[in-house]
Amino acid sequence: MADTRRPLSPHLQIYKWQVQMVTSILHRATGIALAVGTLVILWGLLSLAAGEDAFNQFKICTGSPLGVILMIGWTWALFYHLCNGIRHLIQDAGAGYAISQFVRSSWLSIIVSIVLTLLVWAYVLTAGGAA
Amino acid sequence: MSTNAKDLQNPLKRARGLGSAQSGVSHWWTQRVTAAGLVLLGIWFVVLVLGLLHADYATARAAVAKPWNAVLLVAFLITAFWHAVLGLQVVIEDYVHTRWKEVFLLVAIKFLAVLGALAGALAVLRIALGA
Repeated sequence: MADTRRPLSPHLQIYKWQVQMVTSILHRATGIALAVGTLVILWGLLSLAAGEDAFNQFKICTGSPLGVILMIGWTWALFYHLCNGIRHLIQDAGAGYAISQFVRSSWLSIIVSIVLTLLVWAYVLTAGGAA
Repeated sequence: MSTNAKDLQNPLKRARGLGSAQSGVSHWWTQRVTAAGLVLLGIWFVVLVLGLLHADYATARAAVAKPWNAVLLVAFLITAFWHAVLGLQVVIEDYVHTRWKEVFLLVAIKFLAVLGALAGALAVLRIALGA
């Protein structure tokens, strides 16, 4: 930035950590992760169009230990961004701005996203093997 | 703001226009509209993938080839890439402070997203049309 002498607002380390900060930061982080994850969906579709060998290669990669870890991460990122995104849409409509509501809905986004991730992966693993 | 004839405009006239970015709230609004679309399409996509967990190649291909699935998949891809560009754009504008890097990244994500959406749509079409 050109002019660094202008006054700066206090940065992150000044503040006491609050759940609303965490949800805000996570929304960005999961958004970036999901942008990359969209490329994996694209890879899956391209391999499905390309033929059985390419698709099996895709399944081997996503089913490998590293693949499964990434898939669990993307599942949570998707559910978190979804839950917190709905929360933001509700706030954009003007609702839920009281501090207590803000804190409660923040925790709700985090907890529901974790529960959904556990449910989906419980289903994936009990249905036999990984995706 | 430069001193030119435009500055003779009444400030109210300018305030009623599209603001300093010349695009008004269109970025903000499009981000919300694509978000609302992705709430529905995202949940649908998760259900589709979970239904195809251990499907073999032919079953997966047949599922994607179903007309409604093909249409919704293309809609999902376009909306996801669009929403991703809008989100990444804000992140880049916030954190990349070297102008040429910022512009380079802003253009690069748009190129990548358009390519990704087109490639994904073509893959779905090839599967749906049996090519």
